[in-house]
Amino acid sequence: MSNVIAPLSDKDRIFTNVYGFQDWGIDAAMKRGDWDNTRKLLEIGQDEIIERMKASGLRGRGGAGFPTGMKWSFMPKESKDGRPSFLVINADESEPGSCKDREIIRHDPHKLIEGALIAGFAMRARAAYIYIRGEFIYEAKVLFAAVEQAYEKGFLGKNACGSGYDFDVFVHRGAGAYICGEETAQIESLEGKKGQPRLKPPFPAGAGLYGCPTTVNNVESIAVGPTILRRSPEWFASIGRENNKGTKLFQISGHVNKPCVVEESMGISFRELIDRHCGGIRGGWDNLLAVIPGGSSVPLVPAAQIMDAPMDFDGLKAVGSGLGTAAVIVMDKSTDIVRAISRISYFYKHESCGQCTPCREGTGWMWRVMERLRTGDAEIEEIDMLQQVTKQVEGHTICALGDAAAWPIQGLIRHFRPEIERRINESKGSTPVMEAAE
Amino acid sequence: MPKLTVDGVELEVPAGATVLQACELAGKEIPRFCYHERLSIAGNCRMCLVEVKPGPPKPQASCALPAADGQEIRTDSEMVKKAREGVMEFLLINHPLDCPICDQGGECDLQDQSVAYGRGKSRFEENKRAVTEKYMGPIVKTVMTRCIQCTRCVRFAEEVAGVPEIGAIGRGENMQITTYLEHAAKSELSGNVVDLCPVGALTSKPYAFEARPWELKKTQAIDVMDAVGTNIRLDSRGRQVLRAVPRINDDVNEEWASDKTRHNVDGLVRKRLDKPYVRKDGKLVPASWNEAFAAIAAVRHGGSVAAVAGDLLDCETMFAGKLLVERLGGTMLEGRQTGLAYDVSSLSAVNFNTTLAGIETADVILLVGTNLRWEAPLVNTRIRKAIKKGAKIFGIGPQVDLTYKVEWLGNDASLLAKLPQAVVEAFGKAQRPAMIVGGGVLAKDGAHGDTLALVETLGLVKEGWNGYNVLHFAAARMGGLMLGYAVDGGIKAIAAASPKLLFSLGADEVDYSAFEDSFKVYIGHHGDKGAHAADVILPGASYAEKAGTYVNLEGRVQRGEKAVFAPGDAREDWSILRALSEAMGATLPFDSFGQLRAEMEKAVPAFGQLDLADYGWSLPKLPTGANGEFGSPIKDFYLTNAICRASPTMQQCSAELIHGETFAEAAE
Repeated sequence: MSNVIAPLSDKDRIFTNVYGFQDWGIDAAMKRGDWDNTRKLLEIGQDEIIERMKASGLRGRGGAGFPTGMKWSFMPKESKDGRPSFLVINADESEPGSCKDREIIRHDPHKLIEGALIAGFAMRARAAYIYIRGEFIYEAKVLFAAVEQAYEKGFLGKNACGSGYDFDVFVHRGAGAYICGEETAQIESLEGKKGQPRLKPPFPAGAGLYGCPTTVNNVESIAVGPTILRRSPEWFASIGRENNKGTKLFQISGHVNKPCVVEESMGISFRELIDRHCGGIRGGWDNLLAVIPGGSSVPLVPAAQIMDAPMDFDGLKAVGSGLGTAAVIVMDKSTDIVRAISRISYFYKHESCGQCTPCREGTGWMWRVMERLRTGDAEIEEIDMLQQVTKQVEGHTICALGDAAAWPIQGLIRHFRPEIERRINESKGSTPVMEAAE
Repeated sequence: MPKLTVDGVELEVPAGATVLQACELAGKEIPRFCYHERLSIAGNCRMCLVEVKPGPPKPQASCALPAADGQEIRTDSEMVKKAREGVMEFLLINHPLDCPICDQGGECDLQDQSVAYGRGKSRFEENKRAVTEKYMGPIVKTVMTRCIQCTRCVRFAEEVAGVPEIGAIGRGENMQITTYLEHAAKSELSGNVVDLCPVGALTSKPYAFEARPWELKKTQAIDVMDAVGTNIRLDSRGRQVLRAVPRINDDVNEEWASDKTRHNVDGLVRKRLDKPYVRKDGKLVPASWNEAFAAIAAVRHGGSVAAVAGDLLDCETMFAGKLLVERLGGTMLEGRQTGLAYDVSSLSAVNFNTTLAGIETADVILLVGTNLRWEAPLVNTRIRKAIKKGAKIFGIGPQVDLTYKVEWLGNDASLLAKLPQAVVEAFGKAQRPAMIVGGGVLAKDGAHGDTLALVETLGLVKEGWNGYNVLHFAAARMGGLMLGYAVDGGIKAIAAASPKLLFSLGADEVDYSAFEDSFKVYIGHHGDKGAHAADVILPGASYAEKAGTYVNLEGRVQRGEKAVFAPGDAREDWSILRALSEAMGATLPFDSFGQLRAEMEKAVPAFGQLDLADYGWSLPKLPTGANGEFGSPIKDFYLTNAICRASPTMQQCSAELIHGETFAEAAE
């Protein structure tokens, strides 16, 4: 890649308490700069806030990378029929490998709540619903208490922060279904229904929660908002590469010496990210097998291609994968790669909502074939069949879960087909048996 | 009016149409499982995928995509073919493929579409999924392994039937359709899910393993279980009707039928009268037709003759009966068996004037003394549609669960004279206000007059709109009234006149103890109350065994055909009356059914037009001032007439759904 991205300096960090070295409470948060004259930020004006968010180049941090400012601008500027607008904040962080929203909520919840007010104000929302994953028990406790604190200080509720704007924040606990992280399924779940994605159109900005205009944003996208406005969109845009701007919480897990969550510049190279923050790959760089760079739903990238790839949306797209939530799963050569992907397939089979046919039937089929490929109990042709099945699922479903289930397998077949074939041949006996034509 | 192209053919489609509808307008067949015209769009089966430009480079679900100007739709491209094959393969991998033992075989969407759009073979090597059966009541048999999770049944129960008791539990491939806690779905319309189910997951329990669709003779008929006049198709084999299914008629029943309509047919082969009987020494003994006719001819009636028509009769039988009574010198004709004596000087005042389809467009509706769910379940679904469009419903009468929100004003007839201000205001603002007057009102002195008085107060009649509706629940009622089967004072007046000879034309709800002194001739098809009281029984034909004209509660004249022959010596009613007339020396002026029908149309021309009969509009002046509670004329929805009382299925429905008995099922 042409331009090398400088690592993030400490003064440019947005999440200053992501490791919880300080208290999460409102007083400590205010010392760190949160809720500092929020009223002034609101006085910027609704359209101007959206313009500045656009100028910052912030792309949604939930995985799809849709420009946040543009998303906000889809919301109606005035209600023609009396329907209120809503902001839904997606804290149903369930993607295997992802653990950034969790750190934000338990150590820096006021960044999120202040961001909720600003984002909600900018899109003229009546209230924000924070949908927090059911398994996040301690985090939910913190978040409930933090919202309570913000109300006590008068930052939320009637005349929030003395701005004259009324805004409420409700925290809603999910019940632990991965699919409720999909925006329309989340809306269904918030309404008390079975969490199943809705057909689009209509898009949530037209008819979302309770049929009202709604925007669903990721926790990180919302939480960085106040800092961008305080430090100027130009500052945010100065970090990272063109079209991939700003800072990002990377969550590195797997076979590195020190797994961690760290805020870094977008576009930092994989090697830099691992060496600087994770103490290198376990057993050295030669021991690296493959990396899943964006949470379980993106295709894996083999070692040779990932090492110097820039860690951002476009950089990872160039190597046939994606940034996703920047949940970097590192696998060294001790990994049974087929088994790893098979386990991911099991996850998607387990979490498919069952609404539409390709995903409901296809995820189970794919997992079962993967399990046989793991032990080699299959035919070579079945690899191609599996590839076709993934293609039959991908792009044929209501939501993106079908795609998410298909991509890891496609990545595996693309990069590790020899390994799969080796297992099949081995299980059949060392010498390949010639079959008579049928 | 968006303009678009389908497979290169340019066409204009109505605004608001979906891509699927656009393709159909262009003459293209789009395979589908979850999509159904009368249910909300789920978009979950993914079978209707088509290629649409502009749009993302992947196939789109046409059922859910609005048609837009300038779209280029392709239903014949390689992408679409592959998508259909893929979805079809997914649907089949966990489907048991037990077509040889599946009741849906031969009329199965999955079979048909896999032949048309699937690949020839399966690549699925794993074990198939098995799902435990769910209990859904006495009507619906489940084989849930066959389910393809299209959720039509779920949407039907929630949207049309109004009983949100069917739903999906579990996720992913473990998703299962079930009723709440596996109780029977408590709906009068549950049988419709059998028709809706595109596979053999929900099939008809009484019809299980009875027949294959291709061996059935299909006859178009009109249902007689209530006054809606549901258009049905009777499927028969040999001499037995095996099932009744609804035909599509948007003016009458859309495409639904009540459970009673569907499943009374097993009563058609039980408790049947298949030979004449004559009462000798207090006991009914079998006799020949001639003996029976001779016994009737021996009655010295001296012109004191009456006829009472039952609820299930066709107009031809009633007309022939009327002619016979008149030829014998009698005048007394009555069809309101239970003693109702409401005024019939203007038929428009006892008609469903908005029409069935019209009530959907009402914006305020007042229900008076009616349990719509039991008196006419298919009218109830229309009201649900009206509510969906924003209608408000008020009710006077016993509070019953009608599956929607009713603002009950109380159960006191005196409320009709002093309606709360809020109701009057709501009607004042309404564009299309309507009132539905049920059987409870007609049974109460003065209440009919009270409701007619409200026509003016509430402004029910406007330009192009008549919102005054009387809801009958006997299939023969409107036809009988058109033929004059009503005397002043009702059946009590006939009892008081104590006719020497009483013809009971399938009348099974009459209190015959009031006719001790009459010689009673029962012409009907079931050994029910009327036959028990009779002095002579002449075995007739049920609605399935004769052609006939019926008039439904909105005055719609409809005709049904004959599906099977009546059992044993039983004959079609008109021919019995014709033969009897000859034996009594009062020969009726027709020798064939066609002649009879022509005579009838001559007498009442409206019977010749298969359309709404025109009753004009005039309001009779009737006594008012009713008070007290409205009663409910139907005690048991499933056992309202002789056919369903003879039907084991209806008996079981009654016992289980109304009286709460539980049935243990033997393991299959």
